[in-house]
Amino acid sequence: MKSAVIVFPGSNCDRDLAVAFEAATGSKPAMVWHRDTQLPEDIDLIGVPGGFSYGDYLRSGAMAARSPIMQAVAQAADRGAFVLGICNGFQVLTESGLLPGALLRNARGHFVCRDVTLTVENAQSAFTSRYETGERISYPVAHHDGNYFADADTLDRLEGEGRVAFRYADGINGSARDIAGILNEGGNVLGLMPHPERVIEPAHGGTDGRRLFEGLVEGLLART
Amino acid sequence: MKARIFVTLKGGVLDPQGRAIHHALDGLGFAGVNDVRAGKLIELDLADGTSDEDIDAMCRKLLANTVIENYRIEKVA
Repeated sequence: MKSAVIVFPGSNCDRDLAVAFEAATGSKPAMVWHRDTQLPEDIDLIGVPGGFSYGDYLRSGAMAARSPIMQAVAQAADRGAFVLGICNGFQVLTESGLLPGALLRNARGHFVCRDVTLTVENAQSAFTSRYETGERISYPVAHHDGNYFADADTLDRLEGEGRVAFRYADGINGSARDIAGILNEGGNVLGLMPHPERVIEPAHGGTDGRRLFEGLVEGLLART
Repeated sequence: MKARIFVTLKGGVLDPQGRAIHHALDGLGFAGVNDVRAGKLIELDLADGTSDEDIDAMCRKLLANTVIENYRIEKVA
């Protein structure tokens, strides 16, 4: 099982995500620099980490989305590799067109940094298979631009196709329909603002994030 | 040649920055400000002969996110 974490200048959750990947898969992920043009061959799982890539210049995730490695990420996603974008990673995935919509400044203008309650909206995906649909879980958030926006048709389509993976139980940032995380059409790309990699051990103050990574590994094993 | 690119949020897209500026203007005692929308101005210094198509492509591919933003190109002689 091969995994990789993309590292942009300004990423700051890349090592946390690597720890979570290693705990789940049993092997260290490749840390791939944004200027690289290739991922390890037959990559199974790619993490696009949180942080402030390129200092959020222009728009959050805008510069990172155009960096050379993202072409390879898009090609791997097309082949069916799992791609997980967390926080800034979610912004990068929307900016690169791998996921629809955009992430705007939080509605009240404040940076939100705390544990939030999420509802698992669809437990059928590989990312959520270890949860129950409707289950309430707790992940931390830490973002300024997490206000999910898409036009009404796109939102209806996401809802109709079961592509809303997670919703905030209490609106925290003005996101359309309280959306916290969405899947692509193929169900192999997930972007979410909350941080599952920050709650994988009791010492973190919670373990609700662990099952996301375990579910992914289970999904990968089932493929082979 | 130079071009100025004005990037603005589409109507209906919430602008917390504009709202904060609006509140600050209210706080300074300026009455009669009905609304504030903040945007960006990007100035490009371009090789002479850069085509309009190329400038437009720059806007679509990077300078504006057309999911949420509009852009307007103003060429400066």
